[in-house]
Amino acid sequence: MSTVTAPRTEPGDQGARKGVKPPVSDRARAENSLGRKLVAPAIVLMLLVTAFPMLRALYLSLFDYSLTAPDDRAFIGIDNYVTALTDGLFWKTTANTVFIMVVTVVVELVIGFAFAMVMHRVIFARGLIRTSILIPYGIITVVSGFAWQFAFSNTNGFINSWLPFVGDDFNWFAEYPSSIAAIMLSEIWKTTPFMSLLLLAGLAQVSEDMLEAAKVDGATWWQRLTRVILPNMRAAIMVAVLFRALDAYRIFDNIFVMTAGANGTESISFLTYRQVIEQFQLGIGSALSVLLFISVIIVAAVIVKVFRVDLAAARQEG
Amino acid sequence: MKQKVGLVVGVLFVLAWCLLPVAWIISLSFKTQESVTVGNPGFFPAEGTNAGLDNYRSVLDNGQFLDAIRNSIGISLIATFLSVVIATLAAYAIARLEFQGKKFVLTMALVIAMFPVVSLVGPLFDMWRAIGIYDTWPGLIIPYMSFTLPLAIWTLSAFFREIPWEMEQAAQVDGATSWQAFRRVIVPLAAPGVFTAAILTFFFAWNDFVFGISLTSTEAARPIPAALSFFVGADPFNRPASLLAAAAVVATIPIVVIVLIFQRKIVAGLTSGAVKG
Repeated sequence: MSTVTAPRTEPGDQGARKGVKPPVSDRARAENSLGRKLVAPAIVLMLLVTAFPMLRALYLSLFDYSLTAPDDRAFIGIDNYVTALTDGLFWKTTANTVFIMVVTVVVELVIGFAFAMVMHRVIFARGLIRTSILIPYGIITVVSGFAWQFAFSNTNGFINSWLPFVGDDFNWFAEYPSSIAAIMLSEIWKTTPFMSLLLLAGLAQVSEDMLEAAKVDGATWWQRLTRVILPNMRAAIMVAVLFRALDAYRIFDNIFVMTAGANGTESISFLTYRQVIEQFQLGIGSALSVLLFISVIIVAAVIVKVFRVDLAAARQEG
Repeated sequence: MKQKVGLVVGVLFVLAWCLLPVAWIISLSFKTQESVTVGNPGFFPAEGTNAGLDNYRSVLDNGQFLDAIRNSIGISLIATFLSVVIATLAAYAIARLEFQGKKFVLTMALVIAMFPVVSLVGPLFDMWRAIGIYDTWPGLIIPYMSFTLPLAIWTLSAFFREIPWEMEQAAQVDGATSWQAFRRVIVPLAAPGVFTAAILTFFFAWNDFVFGISLTSTEAARPIPAALSFFVGADPFNRPASLLAAAAVVATIPIVVIVLIFQRKIVAGLTSGAVKG
């Protein structure tokens, strides 16, 4: 876990207000103990549902264990991992998941930024826009999946008749490229508003004076965007990308509803779910759970490293 | 002038993006079931296939769906309440106290916000069956609480940092008791933050699908998203699209009502320090 979070140590921001305390004053000790008591319930609850089951998954992954034949449980070491990692299906679903993640995040970033610009500049109908933008955010993902699945349907949908380049009876869910496009559209539709709200918060921090100065100095619209606006909201963009990318990597609901993994649209989360819940293969399923967890850590670490995400900003410190 | 036109176009695009699919699912919910079975393409119901409120009547007569609504409302409200209480304690400590392990709490919350929930489904399935809370309300409330805590802690600690806590002492100097100072000064200031955290937490719980399908097996605890996905009707290869659309609209109404009433607070909460709910 330390790879994800490698804390960039900074002194707590509260220090300034209270001044630097001597290390062992009674008051400091009382405050320390009260603080720990107050966070204890949250810590216990978070660990109970994450760390403990994760350790259990690690343990179960070393067994040949199926719920349909629980008495035949046998220790097999790392065989489950070998099976998973040498099976083409694992790599195929991982590649598909990474593909979905990259495409959706890039598209959401572009559209979300455009939305944020509109919301930032607009002076009329603010309440209406805010309300509208929160509806995709709040809507149940399963509902979004159904709405888009039916919209693309060739029996009851409307998209075929609206799009000039497909026939009226084109079946979007018959092959990989069109199925994955439909899935990604549903995902992008639902999460772009969230992206745009995060970017709006970043946009609000770009100083107007600086923009005005750039304008006076003769910077073009494009120069102002790339030289002033984007660099100044870098932290907000990076945090948005980190959270959205990890969220997209865990994609499950839309695939479950729209294709149930048909035509190679399966994601790594869906593969894991299928092994555990549908096929009751707790052994190999647990191995996949562990691999999924590790791959999320890798993705997070890569994003943090490559984009140099400021985790202190992500944690809302300072 | 040119900029203004561009802005209007932008606003219209944002509105169309957000509302068109919602309008579509509402429109679909008015197509008759018979016409949907044979095929009824197009955005609006074809001539003579407007079902009126028939689909909504069928949905509200459906015992399974009503059970799912009851489960979703009950589970989401309880999880929200407990999560916000626990998060308020933690956020108060994070915003106001100096203690060892503060960074650990924040880091853990960040890690959990990124946690792949599907990888917990197997072990939780196993554990919940062993201790007998599989397919019960607590079986879902506990994971919902754990996964909404990071969001609630962030939102609340961001809010609590902004509160001018000196006012509490000021009120006491002016003769208020500690309880009065807390009740009359701090509670009104903290309430909006607590409220925002509650809304975002509720959204998460209402939305959850992975736990909902994995940790339940009957109407005893199955929430709406899971019930919708299992709702196949008579012919599993031809889902009753218009009926499902009506059910989806009903499931979306609470979200729309909350958004309409609290939009300002939600936006403030999201941009002040929350991640996806």
